[in-house]
Amino acid sequence: MTSSDEALAQSATSADTAPGSQEPGAARGAQGRGTAPTGAGTWRSRLYRWDMKASPYAFISPFFIIFGAFSLVPLLYTAWYSLHHVQLSNLDGQTWAGLDNYTNLFQSDFFWNALKNTFTIGVISTVPQLIAAIWLAHMLNYRLRGSTVWRVVMLTPYATSVAAATLVFVLLFSPDTGMINWALDLVGIDPVNWRESDWGSQAAVSSIVIWRWTGYNALIYLAAMQAIPADLYESAALDGANRWQQFRHVTIPMLRPTILFTVVVSTIGATQLFGEPLLFGGVSGTKGGSEHQYQTLGLYMYDQGWIVGNLGKASAIAWSMFLILLIVAAVNLLITRRLRKTQ
Amino acid sequence: MTTITDATPPQVAQDAEPPRRRRILGAGKQLHAGPVTYLVLILFAVISLAPLLWTAVAASRTNTRLAQTPPPFWFGGNLFKNLETAWNQAGMGTAMWNTILVAATITVGTVLFSTLAGFAFAKLRFRFSTTLLLITIGTMMIPPQLAVVPLYLWMTDLGWANHLQTVILPTLVSAFGTFFMRQYLVQALPTELIEAARVDGASSLRVVWHVVFPAARPAMAVLGLLTFVMAWNDFLWPIIALNGENPTVQVALNQLGTGYIPDDSVIMAGALLGTLPLLIAFLLFGKQIVGGIMQGAVKG
Repeated sequence: MTSSDEALAQSATSADTAPGSQEPGAARGAQGRGTAPTGAGTWRSRLYRWDMKASPYAFISPFFIIFGAFSLVPLLYTAWYSLHHVQLSNLDGQTWAGLDNYTNLFQSDFFWNALKNTFTIGVISTVPQLIAAIWLAHMLNYRLRGSTVWRVVMLTPYATSVAAATLVFVLLFSPDTGMINWALDLVGIDPVNWRESDWGSQAAVSSIVIWRWTGYNALIYLAAMQAIPADLYESAALDGANRWQQFRHVTIPMLRPTILFTVVVSTIGATQLFGEPLLFGGVSGTKGGSEHQYQTLGLYMYDQGWIVGNLGKASAIAWSMFLILLIVAAVNLLITRRLRKTQ
Repeated sequence: MTTITDATPPQVAQDAEPPRRRRILGAGKQLHAGPVTYLVLILFAVISLAPLLWTAVAASRTNTRLAQTPPPFWFGGNLFKNLETAWNQAGMGTAMWNTILVAATITVGTVLFSTLAGFAFAKLRFRFSTTLLLITIGTMMIPPQLAVVPLYLWMTDLGWANHLQTVILPTLVSAFGTFFMRQYLVQALPTELIEAARVDGASSLRVVWHVVFPAARPAMAVLGLLTFVMAWNDFLWPIIALNGENPTVQVALNQLGTGYIPDDSVIMAGALLGTLPLLIAFLLFGKQIVGGIMQGAVKG
């Protein structure tokens, strides 16, 4: 904190003095852009050089200080707490636990269940979402009447918070009185128990994610599609490619970096999935359903930490999540490299 | 990464739309949409909007009506009664004011700090700048779950549980915002302008005030909108740090969802209230928000 304050104070003083008085030293320092002035530096030119040197760090310091204090240091402390017994009911009585929290975790069926659910829900929410988003982007890329209106409409689910969206979907997916089972009944499909059945509840939770994020991802794809040079399509058309072939052989390959980007972002989001299953479960939300059928890792962590009251174990879950993410990121990087090489 | 020489003049006000539209026209093969396309788009639009519309329908009914099949498809006469119950008893009133305060503070902080850091990364030369930028981008991968246990313990120690600064402080900066501003300023801020100000003897702070902020204004507005939406909807840390006495909108909705008031029509009224401000923002600034997301995507 102090160093940045000093830097700001210093540049503030030079701001007060420098502009009016056209000191030769200052001007020379300016032309040099931070290089040493040729003549003997007055204190002002020295101040100026100091301003040039320090101000970049002053400008980035708010980010790094706040990020450090509220993200990086806590991240390390989470690791520390994961090696301790920390109870919500007795916050001051922390005792060393070694790897107890981790062995406890890896022997728990609920942990592996949560990991499996996180993976399943992650796949069934991400894959349809991204495919729908590419399709939607492709259509938005046509010349449309009121193109902006269409885009804003597709983005409105993004304005809806996880909590609000989930509360609505809980009613829509209500097994007895919900709109969705009513509509299924209309077309002669038996009602689905969206609360209790494994795949039913996981599909319902995934549908909330899909609903909220498809439009957002479509806009990202749309932006990338608009950056594809038109002559690629022209030469493809000259070669006799129809629209589908153009989409398949021009659009998709050109979108590849963007697709990878959205896969990474969606994977990160899926690993942290929390609010949707929590509120989908209602009163017993932290358990992720009566059979824990949609308890994700994020939910399991919150349950262990703030409902069961075992913050040490919650820390261990958090770090496990982080390690899983790092592994996923590494695998992603390898795949990207491989793809680049084969291209 | 650190090209600081390409200085396209800032096409400040209308930077996003006109060139893009021209590109669509130039694409040639991207013909007019046919009726089938419109049909599918209408389907997508219905799916996007129907749950929100139905929230309003359900909020205007009674709990008993919502427990019957078929579900209601049109508005009833109970909207204002339910909104009032949600506002007063479910704490949505307090929650709305709290959230406006929280989201506004976070927006101001994030935009200001992101612009400063983005400017430094885009236009200033300093040691380790590339490494620090990469670290900034890398931090976007860290899930919020990694911070909440220690934050909770410290905030409890400080006696800050249930105080709004607890949810404001950790979110006051943004790696995404920093990167977003950096990408914008690399293009939109001519290096000659900075040089000229330097020659006149301007200090770094004066450069920021008189050169960087004016050039960055459109991107700052967009980042502000995006940040406000994200801050309004932030969920995990607020529900840990705050409770029903001093909630944000999401905390109040979470309480409603866990059976605080067992009345579905009131719950829907709460969801409607908590979403309405952002829907209005989308109605007013939808074009800018869409542009911002697409801009962030192309350059990212």
